[in-house]
Formats: sequence, structure tokens, C-alpha cells
Amino acid sequence: MTSLESIQRDTAAAVTLATPHAPGTTAVRLTQVGRRFGDVVAVHDMTMDVPAGTVTVLLGPNGAGKSTTVRLMTGSIAADTGRVEVFGLDPIADGTAVRQRCGVVPPKPSLYLRMSGRDNLRYAAEIYGLGRRAAADFLIDEAADRFGIGHALAQKVDGYSTGMRTRLALARAVLHDPDLLLLDEPTAGLDPESARAVLGLIREMAVRGKTVVVCTHLLHEAEGLADQVVLVSRGTAVAAGPPHELARRLWPDCRLVLEAEQPARLDAVAAMDGVLAYHRNGVATADLDDPARIPELVRRLVDDGVRLTRVQPLQPTLEELYFALQRDGNDQPHPHDGPLVAAP
Amino acid sequence: MTRAMAVARADLRQVVRSRDFWIPIGIMAAMFFVVIPGFLLWIVTSADESGAIEQVTRALGALPKDITDSLEGSSASARAGYAFAVYLFGPVAVIVPLTVAAAVGANTIVGERERGTGEFLAHSPATEREIYLGKLVASLLPGYIVLLTGFAAYSLVVNLTVGGELGRWFFPTGRWWLLIFWVMPPCIAVALSMILRVSGVVKSAAAAQQASSLVTLPVIVVAYGAASGSMFSSTASVWMVGAAAWAVAGFGLVRGSHAVRRERLLGIDARG
Repeated sequence: MTSLESIQRDTAAAVTLATPHAPGTTAVRLTQVGRRFGDVVAVHDMTMDVPAGTVTVLLGPNGAGKSTTVRLMTGSIAADTGRVEVFGLDPIADGTAVRQRCGVVPPKPSLYLRMSGRDNLRYAAEIYGLGRRAAADFLIDEAADRFGIGHALAQKVDGYSTGMRTRLALARAVLHDPDLLLLDEPTAGLDPESARAVLGLIREMAVRGKTVVVCTHLLHEAEGLADQVVLVSRGTAVAAGPPHELARRLWPDCRLVLEAEQPARLDAVAAMDGVLAYHRNGVATADLDDPARIPELVRRLVDDGVRLTRVQPLQPTLEELYFALQRDGNDQPHPHDGPLVAAP
Repeated sequence: MTRAMAVARADLRQVVRSRDFWIPIGIMAAMFFVVIPGFLLWIVTSADESGAIEQVTRALGALPKDITDSLEGSSASARAGYAFAVYLFGPVAVIVPLTVAAAVGANTIVGERERGTGEFLAHSPATEREIYLGKLVASLLPGYIVLLTGFAAYSLVVNLTVGGELGRWFFPTGRWWLLIFWVMPPCIAVALSMILRVSGVVKSAAAAQQASSLVTLPVIVVAYGAASGSMFSSTASVWMVGAAAWAVAGFGLVRGSHAVRRERLLGIDARG
């Protein structure tokens, strides 16, 4: 069994076990879901759980199947194979009930340019059953002010900047206070202020116990935001879990960064017990078979008279994990020997 | 139903604010309902009993007997004006509301796709039937409003020009009331049922416009025939033509409700 197959087999279970939510509070569950468009396989054997009340980041390159996955979740497209459940409901059979509880921000804001910002929000209010009365207007003003576009509601959206359009799309998505917020590349092409508004919304929704699914190919966006990350490649969830858990599973070795006043003297580390790999290029990095070896390694260097200026155990970044998985998916050699995922 | 009306209102709001749509439509309506008939009726009714009027009188003789028998007026110019007003210009003007309905309807579904707004509707709780109904109402109303206002203006023009010759305001005639309120609405609906299906299938608004012009052609012929009196000769037959049109419209609209598919709103070709 390849490491990729091993990951796919373990993904759903690992995600569920890794989150603090008990089974039964899963907001979204995809079980062996497949979807083709003609000859193109968009999603293949996709299995993943999104626990309720968490922020899940679908991370993958363009064309990996992230947007199709979101569309499957809202029932706007049907799966060819497998099963999709959202709040325990089938998004195709119970589409209205599911979509009523979802707020979606698509990659392009999907706004009516000839209408004003307020009319766009009024339209959404009517579609989501908030009515046309003062209560809906109150919610509209509140949502618009929350994203800093209250002053522009009377203007035609045609005259909005890209950032303002995204803010309006965000306001529209949360107008009906959805239980599940689906954001597809929400910060693409945004100025820093608008991008911050998006990330702020995600954090706010998470604090309020809402479930958020974010599709992105921007690694820095996922880092620090996600309760769990689902790495999507070629239409399949190749790995999933909380970022630190993923790091532990996918990068089981301990990497240590060392710096010293006389860097060349660090080369002695290469011959020490438990050092799997050593490399020095400015700073020295050593991959250890066990983090417990760090104190002994440091003691020996100090005893040898090496004046250390930096000793830092390094957690791999999401970026490193991501590219490691991409390499694995492409059947290219991985920088580490052995499987990507530690045996469960 | 609330969501369907929301869709209709949103579409109508955009149509109303689209000046690049209304200006050419307004010019066309003014030409067909006011300018051309007004000018020609003025010429016919103000000409003396020679030359052109004699030719027109001969031409009127070639019309079906039911029509020639129904012509009012004591003078040749009055009878010619009556024939032009009731049987020639009016039916031609029927093209205008159909064109408006076709223009709005052709864009309505494929336009959501082209503008990217279909994604909002696809993810919304509105059912496909609600979206279709909303689109239908939004396409139907502009055409029908143009029909009503256009014929109100046309009636005024006809009564001011030909009515003076007859000594009374006579338009709309009884059959025209029936045509406007009984025959034309289902004719527009039949056209729309086909146009919305086209709009749901094609890949661009331009293609939808092209296809819709073909779709409306037979409907225009039917409407023209019905309006001109060549397809029926009595008031009872107007009722029957209308009833048949309603039946066809009902069938077409029910069948046409499949035009809206979420996947198509997202720009995904249903054929894969």
C-alpha cells in the first residue's frame, strides 16, 4: 500500500478523532464522493468530515476539486457516486433546507452590478426568507456596517472596487446568520484591509460556534486559521487533520535548527546517535529520530566547546507539508525516507 | 412563491435600470405604435378622393369579404383609414411586445451564467421552479406592459385621426379588446416558454438572442394572423384561438420549467 493510499484510507477517521467534537456533531460528511464533468474527473473518492463549530480549510492547487466540493455540499451539483450529508440531510433531496442554513461566498462575488448594494442585500434577504420589512433593513445595515460598506449601500455595485464587492458578498453570505459558511478563495485579489475583513469574519464565526469551510490555495491564509486542514489533490482529500496533528503525522521526524559562533564546529552533529540527516548552509539543520535526543545533543556540543547561539526544534510549516504531499501525489521522491503518515 | 417574486423583482429592477435596453425598445415602440401609423393614417384620412385613395380602395377590395363588410365609414378615406387602423398597423405592432419579451427572456437565464450571478442563485434556497417562475414573470411583464401602453397610445392616434372621419372614437374594437387581454398574453407566454428553454441551454446571451428570434417567428405569424382577422372571422373564433393559445402556453410553461437547472446556472454544461 502506498503512502498516498494509506493517507486516503485514514483521512476521515483521523479528522474525526483529532477534533474535540464527538461523532454526531459532524456538519458535513462526504463519503467516497465522485463527480465528473464529461471526461474530466473533478472529484474522486472524496471522503472527509467537517466537524460542527470548526474552521476547516480545503487546501490545494487550482483545479484540485475544492470548488466542486463546495458545490456538492450545497447541492448545487449532484454527486455521481458516494454520499454527501450536510447537517444530516441530503443536499439534493433536502436542498432548500440545507441551502437555507448555508452562506456561500463564491470565488467571484456573484453580485448584480446594475443594482445598488442595498438592493443586492434586499434580494438576498427575500430569497432567504428575511422578508422585505424594516427588520430585514436592520439586518442589512448591520451586515453592511460590519464589513465597512454601509456608506456605499446606495451606490450601484458596478462602481464598487474589488474589495468592496467582496465585502458586500461577505455581508450577503452572513445576512441570514448561516450555520455553515462556505468561502471559496475569499481573499483572491483583495487588498490587505479587505483580506483582513475576511479572516476576521472567519474567526468571528468560529467564536460563535458556526462551521466554516474555506477553500484556498494560499498557505499563509490557512496557517493559524484552521482547526483542521484538508489537503486536496486531484479531486481527493489526501490528508486531513489539525495543522499540528498533520505535522506530527506527515513529518514524524524532529528537525532541529542550530547556529553557533563557529558554524563549522556544528558538523560534529552529523556523526551523533539518532541523527538521521544533517545539512549546513548558513544555519545547520539536523533531522533526529526522537525529540528526546535534543538535550543530550546540546550537552555534547557544549562539552566540546561549541558556543551555540540558536537551538530551535522546528515544526514544519503548512507549506512544507503541502509541497511534501504534492510531491508524494506526483510519485516523486520524498525528502524523508519512509511513509508520509505515521502508522495510526 | 415569495422567492419567485423576489427573483422577478430583482430581474425587473435590472431591466428598468438598463437604459441601453429601454432606449432602442422605446424608439421601436414609438415607431410602430405612434409615428408610422399616425403619419400614414393622417395621409390616408387627409387625402382627397383621387389617386392614392383609389388605389387603396382597390386594394381593400382584395381583402376577405368578412373584413370588407366590417369596414366602417361613409367615405373612401374613412373606410381606408379604418382598414389600416384595425387590420394592418395594429397587427404589425404586435411584434413589439413579443420582441421585448424575447429580448428579456433570452438573457434571463444565460445572463445569470454569463454575469456569474447564477452562482448566487444556485447556492440559494430558491427551488429551480421558483427561479423559473420568477424569470417567467420578469420576462412576461415588460412585454405585456409595452403591449398595454403601446396600444393605449395607438388607440389615441387612431381615434384622433380616423375617429374624426367616423365621427366617434372606435378603437379598440371588441375583437381588439379580446386580442389584447385574451389572445396576446398566452401568445407571449408561448414564445417565452420556448425562449426560456433556449436561454437555459445555450452558452451565451448572443446565441440566446439569435435562437429566440427564430423561436418567436412562428408566434409572430400566429399573432399576426389572429390579429389581422385572416385566422378567424368571428368573435367566437377569437375566444377559441385564445383558449387554444392558453392551453399551448400552459403546456409549454410546465414543460419549460425544466429550463432552470442549478448546474446550468453555474455554467456547467448539462451534457458534460
